[in-house]
Amino acid sequence: MAQRVLEQMKSLEATRTAGGNGPRAPAGNGGGSGWSREEAAPAATVRVGLWFLLTAVTMLFIAFTVAYAARRTAPDWAPIALPPILWVNTGLLGASSATLEWARRRGRRGDAAGVRGGLTVTTLFGAAFLVGQIAAWRELAAAGVFMATSPHSAFFHLLTAVHGLHLLGGLGALGYALRRTAAPAPAGPVLGGEDLTSAVLGSVAIYWHFLTVLWLYVFFIIWS
Amino acid sequence: MAHVAHAEAQAGHELSFWRKYIFSQDHKVIGIQYALTSMFMAVLGGLLAMFIRLQLGWPGQSWPLLGRLFPSGMPDGQMNQAFYLASVTMHGTIMIFFVLTTLLTGGFGNFLIPLMIGARDMAFPFLNMLSYWLYPPAIIILLASFFVSGGAAGGGWTAYPPLSALPGAAPGSGLGQTLWLISLALLILAFLFGSLNYITTILQLRARGLSMMRLPLTIWGLFVTAILSLLAFPVLLAAAIMLLFDRIGGTSFFVPAGLLIGSVPVDHRGGNPLLWQHLFWFLGHPEVYVLILPPMGMISDILANNARKPIFGYRFMVGSIVAIAFLSFLVWGHHMYTSGMAPVLGTAFMTTTLVIAVPSAIKTFNWLATLWRAKIRFTSAMLFALGFLSLFVTGGLTGIVLAQPPVDIYFQDTFFVVAHFHFVMASAAIFASFAGTYYWFPKMFGRMMNERLGKWHFWLTFVGIYATFFPMHYAGFMGMMRRIYSPQIYAHLQGLQPLNVFVSIAAFVLFAAQFIFLYNFFRSLFRGPQAERNPWRATTLEWEAPSPPPHLNWGETLPTVQRWAYDYSPPDMAEDFQPQAAPAAVPTGRSREGRGDGGHAR
Amino acid sequence: MPTNDTTSGTRRSAALLGIALALLIVAAVVTTLAARSRWWLPPLASAQGRSIDQLFIATFGIISVAFVLVHGLLALFVWLYRDRGQRASYWHENRALELTYTIIPAIVMTGLTLSAAGLWSRIHSAPPPQALVVEVRGEQFGWKARYPGPDGKFGRIDPRHYSARENPWALDPADPAAQDDLVLDISTTGELHLVVDRPVEVRIRAKDVLHSFFIPAFRVKQDAVPGMVTSIWFTPTQTGPYEIACAELCGPLHYIMRGKVVVQTQEEYDAWLAQTRS
Ligand code: HEM
Ligand SMILES: [Cu+2]
Ligand SMILES: [Cu+2]
Repeated sequence: MAQRVLEQMKSLEATRTAGGNGPRAPAGNGGGSGWSREEAAPAATVRVGLWFLLTAVTMLFIAFTVAYAARRTAPDWAPIALPPILWVNTGLLGASSATLEWARRRGRRGDAAGVRGGLTVTTLFGAAFLVGQIAAWRELAAAGVFMATSPHSAFFHLLTAVHGLHLLGGLGALGYALRRTAAPAPAGPVLGGEDLTSAVLGSVAIYWHFLTVLWLYVFFIIWS
Repeated sequence: MAHVAHAEAQAGHELSFWRKYIFSQDHKVIGIQYALTSMFMAVLGGLLAMFIRLQLGWPGQSWPLLGRLFPSGMPDGQMNQAFYLASVTMHGTIMIFFVLTTLLTGGFGNFLIPLMIGARDMAFPFLNMLSYWLYPPAIIILLASFFVSGGAAGGGWTAYPPLSALPGAAPGSGLGQTLWLISLALLILAFLFGSLNYITTILQLRARGLSMMRLPLTIWGLFVTAILSLLAFPVLLAAAIMLLFDRIGGTSFFVPAGLLIGSVPVDHRGGNPLLWQHLFWFLGHPEVYVLILPPMGMISDILANNARKPIFGYRFMVGSIVAIAFLSFLVWGHHMYTSGMAPVLGTAFMTTTLVIAVPSAIKTFNWLATLWRAKIRFTSAMLFALGFLSLFVTGGLTGIVLAQPPVDIYFQDTFFVVAHFHFVMASAAIFASFAGTYYWFPKMFGRMMNERLGKWHFWLTFVGIYATFFPMHYAGFMGMMRRIYSPQIYAHLQGLQPLNVFVSIAAFVLFAAQFIFLYNFFRSLFRGPQAERNPWRATTLEWEAPSPPPHLNWGETLPTVQRWAYDYSPPDMAEDFQPQAAPAAVPTGRSREGRGDGGHAR
Repeated sequence: MPTNDTTSGTRRSAALLGIALALLIVAAVVTTLAARSRWWLPPLASAQGRSIDQLFIATFGIISVAFVLVHGLLALFVWLYRDRGQRASYWHENRALELTYTIIPAIVMTGLTLSAAGLWSRIHSAPPPQALVVEVRGEQFGWKARYPGPDGKFGRIDPRHYSARENPWALDPADPAAQDDLVLDISTTGELHLVVDRPVEVRIRAKDVLHSFFIPAFRVKQDAVPGMVTSIWFTPTQTGPYEIACAELCGPLHYIMRGKVVVQTQEEYDAWLAQTRS
C-alpha cells in the first residue's frame, strides 16, 4: 500500500517539473528510502519561503530604523558610550558564519564528521555571541545605563533584543541541521540535484548569514 | 515526511484523533479550524457591538439583568464609561484581526489555495499548523484582559499613545492594554507564518499548466493579500514591541517629556506620539485591503459562476488588485490629516488616496460588465455577492469624501467615518465571507446548505445592514464624534437620539438574523443533502476533487490545467462551462466525469 | 440542474433584488433630503467653512450620481439578465470600454485633487498679521485657554511649576512675559472669546494625552498632541456662542470634554478683555 503512495508522490514530482509555465519546483527523482520532510517541501520551495521570511524580518528592522532615524535628529539626542565587548561579539558572529561556510564545504566533499564538527563550532560561536550581548547589557547596567536611561540606550536594547531573539531561532535551526545531518545520509542526490546535507545546510546558512549581516547593520547604525 | 506519513496513514491505518482534527497539518482541517474559531469570535464581536448600541440608543439607561451578568462593567445595570470604551476597543480589535483577517486568510485561504491550484497541501504543513495554534492563545489572552483590574484595553483598536502607553491615564490603559499588545503580537506571528505559506505555495506548487495568468481571481486576491501582510504586519509588530517597551521598560519611544496625568508628572521624555500613528497606519491601511482583496477575488469567481459568464476584463482585474495593493502602502497618512502632520504631506496622501479610487472603480465596472448579458442564477451565494457589490460601492464612495483633507477636517473621527468603514470594509468583507461560505460549503463538508434559509438570511442581513449603517452617515453630518459614551451633553447633537434609537434597533435585528445563518450552517453540517462533486457547475480546480476532498486532495494524478478559470458559456459547446482541467480534445463533460472521480474510490 | 432554483424562483429573486436596489436608491435620496432639515452639518459660522462646505457638496453630488448610476445598473442587470433559459454571451474583453471607465474616474479624481489641494493649502497658509493669537490646551477632561497679556507675549511654560489651583498652565514665574498671561478654564467657568470677522490663530497644546480641538460650526478640527504645539487659523463670521468638542479619544470621560466659544464684536471683546484682566 505504502509503496503505491510513494509511486504517487513520485509522479507528483514528475508532474511538477513537466509544467511549462507553471510550477518551478525541482524534481525529486525519488528513492525508496530517502523520503523525508524535504520531500513535502523540496529545497527550492524552502528557499522561496526563506527569502520571504527574510523580507518580513527586514521590514521589521526597517520600521525600527525609521523610528531610530527620526529620533536621532531631535535636539535632545545624546549618545551613550557603547561597551567595547560588542566588537568581540561581532567577531564571534563573523567567525560563526565562517565556520558554517566551512561546514558546508565539508558537506560538499561528503565529509559527515567535518559537517558535524563545523556545525557544532558554529552553534557555540552563536551561543557565545548571545552571552556576549547579555554581557554588554550588564556592562551598561553596571555603568548606570538602563533601557530607559536615554533614547540611544532604548534603541540599543530594543535592537539587540529583537536581533537576539531572531538569533535564538537561528540556533534552533542549527540544532535542527545538526540532527538532520547526523542521520546516515541517503545515497545520491535526492533533492533536485542537491543532496540532503547541502540542501539543509544551504537553507540554514542563508538565514544565519542574514543574521550576521543584520547584526553588522544594527551595530553600524547604533554605533555611528 | 508530513505528506508521506499522512499518505501512509490514509492507505493503511488511521491517524489518531488528535493528529487528524486537533493538531492537524492538513490544510483543509486547518482552514476549517480557522473558520470555526473566527465564527465564534464573530459572535463575541457582534455581542460587543450590541453593548455599544445599547448604550448609544439609550444612554444612561439601567439594564438590571445585564448588571447581574457584568457586575463590574455594569454596576446596577448601568454601563460605566470604561466598560463602554473597552467594548468599542475589543469590538474593533476582534472584528478586524480576530474575525475577518483570520477567516479570510486563515479560513478561506487555507482551504482554497491548495485546492484551487491543484496542490496536495500547503508548502509547509507544519508551519501551517503552528500558525493556527498561535491563534487560540492570542484569543485567551485577549479575553482574559476583560477580567484584570481596570478591565480590557480602552484606547480604541488604534491604541494611540500616550493614552495607551501610560497605565495611569485611564482604567483601560492598565494591564488590559499590555495583554492587548501581547495578544496582538502573537496573532501577528500567526499571520506571518500563514502568509509565508500562502505565497510559497502559490508560487511553487501550482498544477501543471496553471500559469499565473490562469489563476482564478480568488487566488490572486489571496496571493497579493499574503504579500501585503508579509510587508505590513512586521511594521505593526515593531510598533507593538516599542509600545510594550514604553509600558514595561520605561522607555520613551512614543511619550514626550513634560506630561502630567492629573497633577502627577510623567517620567518619560522625548518620544513622539505621531510616530505610533505613522507606524500603525502603515500597517493599518494595507490591513483594510487585507480584508477586502480576498473578498474581491472570491466575489469575482462567484459572480462569474452564477452569471454563467466569464469574468469581464480578467487582466484589468489582476492589474487593479496589484495596483491597489501597491498603492495601499502609500496612503496611510489619510488617517492623519488633522494629526498635526505637515500639511504638504496631507496633499501628497490625498493624491495617492484618490489615485486608489481608480482601480477600485475599474473593479466595480468590471463586475457590472460581467452581469451584462449574463444568465444569472440567484443562489444565496450570488445574492451575497451582489450585496457585496452594493455595499462596496456605497462605502467606497464615501471614501472619496474622506480622502480630501479640507472636508476630512470636519468628518475625521465622527460617525461618518464609522459608517464609511463599516460599509466598505466590515459589511463588504462579511458579505463576501457569507457568499464564500454558501458557495464552498459543499466542498468543505460534502453537504449543501439550505437555500431557503440562505435567502432569508440574505434579505434580513442586506436590509439590516443598510438600516444600521446608512443613518450613521447622518450622525456624522451632525458632527457626532466616535468613541463617545453618550452624545447627550452637546448642543449640536440634540435631536440625534431618535436616529440612534433607530440604528440600535436595526442593529439588534441584524445581529439576530445571523442566527439563521448559524442554524443553517450547523444543521447542514449534519443534515444537509449530500453534495455532488461540482454542484455549481464551476470551472475551477477545487471542483475536480470529491466533496469533501480526501486527504492529499487528489487521487493518483494531479489535475492538469488546460485553460483559464472563466470558460463559462464558451461558444461552440453544448455545456455552458468548461472546467479548467477538462482535456482540450473532449469538448463536453461526459467522458471526463469518470476520470475525475476514479482515483478516489476507496 | 442541481440547485433547487426553479425558473419562477429566479424570477422572484430577480424581481425582489431589482426592486430592493431601486428602493435603496429612493430611500437614500429621500432620507438625505429629509436629513437636510434636521440631521445635517450645523449652521456655518466661519469663513473657511464656506469653501469646505462647497467642496463637500460638490463631492457629495458626484458620489450621489455614482451611487445612483451603479445601483441603477445593478438593478437593471439583475432583472434583465436573470436566468430565463438563454445562453450568456461569451464576452469578456473590451479595451475601449475598460479604458473609458479608467479614464473618466481618473479625470474626476484629478479635478477633486486639484480643488482640494488648493483649499487645503489656503487653510494651512500663514495666518494674516492682524490675527488674534490664543492658546488652547486639552487635558483630561476639559479645555483651557491662554491669552497673552498687554505685552502680547506668551510666557514660558515649565511643567514643574504645575499646580491645579494656583498655576494650572504651569507658567514659569521667573519669566516676566508670563506674569500677565490670562488663563481661563473654557469648559466650566469661562469661555473662549473671539472677535467676529477677525482671523484668529489658535495654538493647541495637550497636557496629558491626545485630544482634538473640534468646533463643528467653524469646520475646524486639529489634534492636540502632547509634546507639540499644533496650530490652526480661521475667521469666525457670526457672533454668538458655539461649542468646542474633543474629537480624539482621551479616556473614559472623553464624551464630556466640552468647551465653549463666544464670538463677539471687537467692542464687546475689548470690554470683556479689560474687565477680565482687572
Ligand atoms: C453587527 C454589526 C456591527 C455593528 C452594529 C457595529 C457597530 C459599531 C459601532 C456603533 C461602532 C462605533 C463605536 C463608537 O465609536 O463609539 C463600531 C466601531 C467599530 N467597528 Fe463595528 N459594528 C458591527 C460590525 C463590525 C464588523 C463586522 C467590523 C469588522 C471590521 C467592525 C469593525 C469596527 C471597528 C474597527 C470599529 C472601531 C473601533 C474603535 O473605534 O476603536 N464592526 N462598530
Ligand atoms: Cu486608510
Ligand atoms: Cu479629550
